[in-house]
Amino acid sequence: MIETALIIETVVKAVVVLSVVAGMGAFATFIERKVLAFMQRRLGPMYVGPYGLLQLAADGIKLFTKEDIIPQNTIKPIFIIAPVIAASSAFVAVAAVPYFPEFTVFGYTVHPIVSDINVGLLFVMGAASVGMYGPLLAGLSSANKWSLLGGARAVIQLLSFEVVSGLSILAPIMMMGTLSLIDMNDYQIGGVANWLIWKQPLAFVLFAIAGFAETNRTPFDLIEFEAEIVSGYATEYSGMRWGLFFIGEYANMITISVLVSIIFLGGYNDMWFIPGALAMLIKVSLWIFLFLWVRAAWPHIRPDQLMWLCWKVLMPLSLLNVLITGIVLV
Amino acid sequence: MFEAIAFYTFSILVIGMFGVVVFSKNALYAMSALAGGMIFISGFFFLLNADFLGVVQIIVYTGAVMALYAFGMMFFDSAKDVKENIKYKKIIYTLSVLSAIFTIFILMAPIYSVKIEAIYPTMENIGNIQMIGLILFTKYLVPFELAAIMLLVAMIAGIVLVKVKMEETPTNIEVARGEK
Repeated sequence: MIETALIIETVVKAVVVLSVVAGMGAFATFIERKVLAFMQRRLGPMYVGPYGLLQLAADGIKLFTKEDIIPQNTIKPIFIIAPVIAASSAFVAVAAVPYFPEFTVFGYTVHPIVSDINVGLLFVMGAASVGMYGPLLAGLSSANKWSLLGGARAVIQLLSFEVVSGLSILAPIMMMGTLSLIDMNDYQIGGVANWLIWKQPLAFVLFAIAGFAETNRTPFDLIEFEAEIVSGYATEYSGMRWGLFFIGEYANMITISVLVSIIFLGGYNDMWFIPGALAMLIKVSLWIFLFLWVRAAWPHIRPDQLMWLCWKVLMPLSLLNVLITGIVLV
Repeated sequence: MFEAIAFYTFSILVIGMFGVVVFSKNALYAMSALAGGMIFISGFFFLLNADFLGVVQIIVYTGAVMALYAFGMMFFDSAKDVKENIKYKKIIYTLSVLSAIFTIFILMAPIYSVKIEAIYPTMENIGNIQMIGLILFTKYLVPFELAAIMLLVAMIAGIVLVKVKMEETPTNIEVARGEK
């Protein structure tokens, strides 16, 4: 009986988390267009609905009804499965992320996390890095030179940022002595002064930069950079398959925002008079806004600049950070 | 019941994937199946409650197979099949099947006859990661450090091998040509 209840609970949670993250991802595309427009002194989408809000629905209809083209000479099974890998691994990563403090509905305590595994942080980062296979396979199977270049760039991007994100997160893990995201959140109970960002500012900056690379956001969006390689790995994709890539990208953005908030910014603990759940929402929204702000304000960088940055600047810095943290802890 | 379902699902997936790796003539199929198989193996670790090892399996092999893709991209045209030149098909197949059965026999025989028991049984009150740490830094400290030194040697050797060309970054090449 208990097992059945557990299964039902997990399925309900999974469906809720999946639909909320997918919905938030879709909404983030609208916010992105609006924010970018205001930063560039435009209005952005205005015609469909009030302030262009229904543009979202219009885009959805367009994506779903567009013809699904699979070009000649592509390697069909892999071409078809690549967007699915990108989207599904982003959603798998979401499974181990806690969003809100636990609450009680009708005398039943709900833990807002689909699966509370002991190594939550590593699982999320691993699943998110599997997501890079999406662009890579898309690039290799498209039979298109721009796509191939995009795929090659996906490889160097993964090999560069993975080292930085892993090493930068090591110092906070050493301090907190746990890999569970819930324990990390509980470590910072007791107000803003207890946030980890004050103890690990360097790790925070490094992890944020690696997060930008992991989600292919602007300073590092070289795998689909229009001015150099048309549309990179997504050149041959159309309709819903193309849409899946971008749902995955925005889901990854949300995951990274939640991760940064939980590890460095106090997570879902109460902030002054603001209750925990609301504080979490505010932090995640601010992070999404930061993603968009950086996109509006920063130029792209070249692939060799990315490798230079990751291997020659960020990696030594994060090693230094681990060393200093170790000395202080001992 | 769920454990059995999960075990058989993952078994079929892993065997199927590695079957594709061996039998496919297309480099892209083979590499993708290899990546998939490696990631599905982590399912077994999760079933055995070894969460940490499962996640490490995913992270390590994502990066490792990704590097393999980079080489595949340089050496093969993924749109075309690789031409295989096998002369003595029967001998190769017989030998490989025999050696596979032999390996399974060697590995299974002690498990079947002695009913192996763990030397370091899992302790209830310590977590997975702490246990790995304890074992690594007590019983297996020397092999662990040796592996670290070997990796360091390999890394230095790799850097020395490519160092010859290291000064020729794109900007330097342009400077050498007198374009800047």
